[in-house]
Amino acid sequence: MSPEMPLITLPHAVAGVMVLSLNAYVLLAGADFGGGVWDLFARGPRRDEQRSAIADAIGPIWEANHVWLILVVVLLFSCFPRAFSHLSTALHIPITLMLVGIVLRGSAFTFRSYDRQTDAVQRNWGRVFAIASVVTPVLLGICLGAVASGAVPLVPIDGTRTFTEVYVRPWITPFSLSVGVLALALFAHLAAVYLAWERPEPELKQDFRARALVSAIAVFMTGTITIVFARADAPLVYEGLTRGFTAIGMHTATACAGLTGVWALWRRRWLLAVLAAAAQATFLLWGWAWSQFPWLVPPSHTITDLAAPRITQQLVLSVLGVGTVILLPSFVYLFRIFKGRGTVFKQLDG
Amino acid sequence: MTDLLAARSQMAMSLGFHILFAVVGIGMPALMAVAEWRYLRGGDPLLKELAKRWAKGTAILFAVGAVSGTVLSFELGLLWPTFMEHAGGIIGMPFSLEGLAFFTEAIFLGIYLYAWDRISPRAHLAAGVVVAVSGALSGVFVVTANAWMNTPAGFTLVDGVISNVDPIAAMLNPAAFTQVLHMTIAAYAATGFATAGIHAIALLRGTPHRAFHRHALHIGLLVGVPAALLQPLSGDLSARHLAEFQPVKFAAMEAHHHTGPAPFVIGGWPDVTTGENRFAIEIPGAISLLMTGSATGSIPGLDSVPPEDQPPVGIVHVAFQIMVGCGVVMMLVGLYTIVRGWRRRRGLGTPLPNDRWYLRALAFCAPLGFIAVEAGWTVTEVGRQPWIIQGVMRTADAVSPMPGLVVPFVGFTLLYFGLAIAVVWLLYRQIIKTGVDGTMRPGITQELPLPRITPATSFPTA
Ligand code: HDD
Ligand code: HEM
Ligand code: HEM
Repeated sequence: MSPEMPLITLPHAVAGVMVLSLNAYVLLAGADFGGGVWDLFARGPRRDEQRSAIADAIGPIWEANHVWLILVVVLLFSCFPRAFSHLSTALHIPITLMLVGIVLRGSAFTFRSYDRQTDAVQRNWGRVFAIASVVTPVLLGICLGAVASGAVPLVPIDGTRTFTEVYVRPWITPFSLSVGVLALALFAHLAAVYLAWERPEPELKQDFRARALVSAIAVFMTGTITIVFARADAPLVYEGLTRGFTAIGMHTATACAGLTGVWALWRRRWLLAVLAAAAQATFLLWGWAWSQFPWLVPPSHTITDLAAPRITQQLVLSVLGVGTVILLPSFVYLFRIFKGRGTVFKQLDG
Repeated sequence: MTDLLAARSQMAMSLGFHILFAVVGIGMPALMAVAEWRYLRGGDPLLKELAKRWAKGTAILFAVGAVSGTVLSFELGLLWPTFMEHAGGIIGMPFSLEGLAFFTEAIFLGIYLYAWDRISPRAHLAAGVVVAVSGALSGVFVVTANAWMNTPAGFTLVDGVISNVDPIAAMLNPAAFTQVLHMTIAAYAATGFATAGIHAIALLRGTPHRAFHRHALHIGLLVGVPAALLQPLSGDLSARHLAEFQPVKFAAMEAHHHTGPAPFVIGGWPDVTTGENRFAIEIPGAISLLMTGSATGSIPGLDSVPPEDQPPVGIVHVAFQIMVGCGVVMMLVGLYTIVRGWRRRRGLGTPLPNDRWYLRALAFCAPLGFIAVEAGWTVTEVGRQPWIIQGVMRTADAVSPMPGLVVPFVGFTLLYFGLAIAVVWLLYRQIIKTGVDGTMRPGITQELPLPRITPATSFPTA
């Protein structure tokens, strides 16, 4: 349990892959959640068009996008079983609530797509889908924030602490709540930018562009608030975020991406806006990972402390290697069929 | 309710729920692919409609399978953290492979469902085949993980410390082969018969789309009947495996209380205090004869282990009987199907829509495969108690320390109950009702109007 800078080892490689999958989850499934947010806030004369644009964008791909989260969990419990066991105990409550959100989001979306298009049932499924899309990212952010802030150290859970001290207080901190809101703002921003890029209709492009600009401001504000709270609640993160060249580099990169994104939206450079938004989210995520490194469960255990046997790590990484060879072309194929053509997707053409 | 009981109930409820959707996820893509393949081979255009309509139902069920599966992966840690702390590194391998299979399945299902008109018919069929294969593979991998809990392998345990981990040996544990074989066949038997049964009901009720339902019924039988015939053979293999590797589970299943010659116990309720089976029909020595070749061969009974190591024999025995009962009925109907087909080819017997007793038998069989699946898992899981990892870790030692586990149990039960109602209602309204209801405009569903209704396919006055 020594905090000196370790060499890059097998467990670090696995942890890196986990951040990568989380990154993919944020960029892909995050935008699906964000779509739900804009479904909830669909306003104006083109309300229904906005909603069906969102449904078209989510429909064929949300299940594939969702598997990234499963991958993160499987990697965590295969390669860092003690961390999985501890975190799922200490964060039992927010994880359970998040699962409820995931279940309701996925099933309500599907039920809405396949139920009759015109009645009140539609609206009810839609409401469940939209509300679950707002709540779930917040809970995801809360869990990540609680871990990052070092509020759930790996210590034995015995009778000396009360229920609230063990199971509630670690994640109800201003810092983890602000990470939750940041996640929500980020997901909404990603969705708005993607939609503005994807839709061919000028009016819809305009609607989503306005939403993208508003949410860009929200991301900036919640990001700032998070850093302020980090000072009190998450000293480790704060230190990581404020010290050293890498930290400054990360901030600069994130800020540049953010500003580029706003400029591109302003000038209607759609593709550039998408790239900038994705880059901004990516930098944020890796900034967090970097500030937490080499801890897996700060401030008590590092990545190497908690690693499963070497052979497990090797096998899991080999499986992932083989998987990449099969899945990468498959993903490209999926997105080639459904995305980036700028055509109107007929929902459920069939 | 104790926390342990709440945790077990939540696990059982979540798995019992997920397995229904998982079975459909393995079976339906196979049915869709068969339908589409027959269509591409120059078959009736109705076959394409059939594949599309099945795809629609599958999409609904798949989504629920995916979210309930996600819940399960987290629940392993939420409910059994001590189990995962020790087992995670050993059985992580099949779970990672499963993840791979999920990805493939989800990607190609998206393509299959939404790209009918975007890619060539052959590419579309190929996507369907990929979905079917990867669906089956996800089942295979996750079952090897479960088999490991029954016959743990691939590590050494000294004074409670695990070392020498070998994930490949763990995955290829002794129970893996029989369980995987039996589960995979079960998925095809259950979906095949359920499909045939549902369409048999449509034919019985008199439908304007007879040709359509006959196609569907035929494909259901094509997949279901071979599986139903193989299932008892594979079950026999499983039982022999249990007799060797998990004798206590075997004794509980057969309600065999005292070590010695074992009778074949049919029905009844085992009484642990007296060691007898009330209301049961017993064929003396039959199990001994099957397992050892001699009617007097000794089989270890429940009393071969101390009472605290014995599973709840009543549930296990009854569940086993239910499964075998369902299996035997499905096998008999399967055999009759073959005889019937053979006679029809010689011009004997009645045409399908008029063979009302046969249609009724199929309708009766529709839920049996799913009932057998639930019962079979009850045998496997409850029969392993009090162990979560057979002989290594007790369920009571694995449970989460969090108090109040009854709250999530009740919460998830209500949530799944609501989902189940929603799914059934949606399938009924969208898929079944629109097909037979005369008030709808002609069509299988509103979205998928039938090509034409010729007198030959119209509904007989019966
Ligand atoms: C369509 C479903 C179905 C049908 C008709 C049957 N089974 Fe089954 N059975 C299953 C579905 C199933 C299952 C759900 O798939 C299980 C649970 C665990 C497993 O691997 O398969 C199972 C488990 C299971 C086990 C326990 C295996 C273990 O714990 O490792 C035995 C001994 C049998 N079966 C035996 C039979 C026999 C003798 C049958 C005779 C007809 C039979 N099954 C029909
Ligand atoms: C890979 C697959 C599976 C894994 C890893 C797994 C794991 C577990 C675990 C950890 C428990 C709790 C401990 C216990 O009571 O035994 C459990 C219980 C249970 N599981 Fe499984 N299981 C699997 C498959 C299934 C399936 C598919 C079913 C389907 C119905 C099932 C039915 C049950 C039941 C009924 C219990 C409760 C047993 C009791 O209360 O006595 N299991 N399983
Ligand atoms: C032995 C019993 C099981 C079988 C046969 C089985 C099989 C399947 C299949 C075929 C699917 C594909 C989705 C679908 O068709 O609905 C699926 C989904 C899933 N299963 Fe299970 N499963 C079992 C138990 C479990 C357990 C114990 C877990 C958790 C540890 C689990 C986790 C998942 C997850 C996460 C998904 C969603 C994947 C996606 O998004 O596509 N399953 N399962």
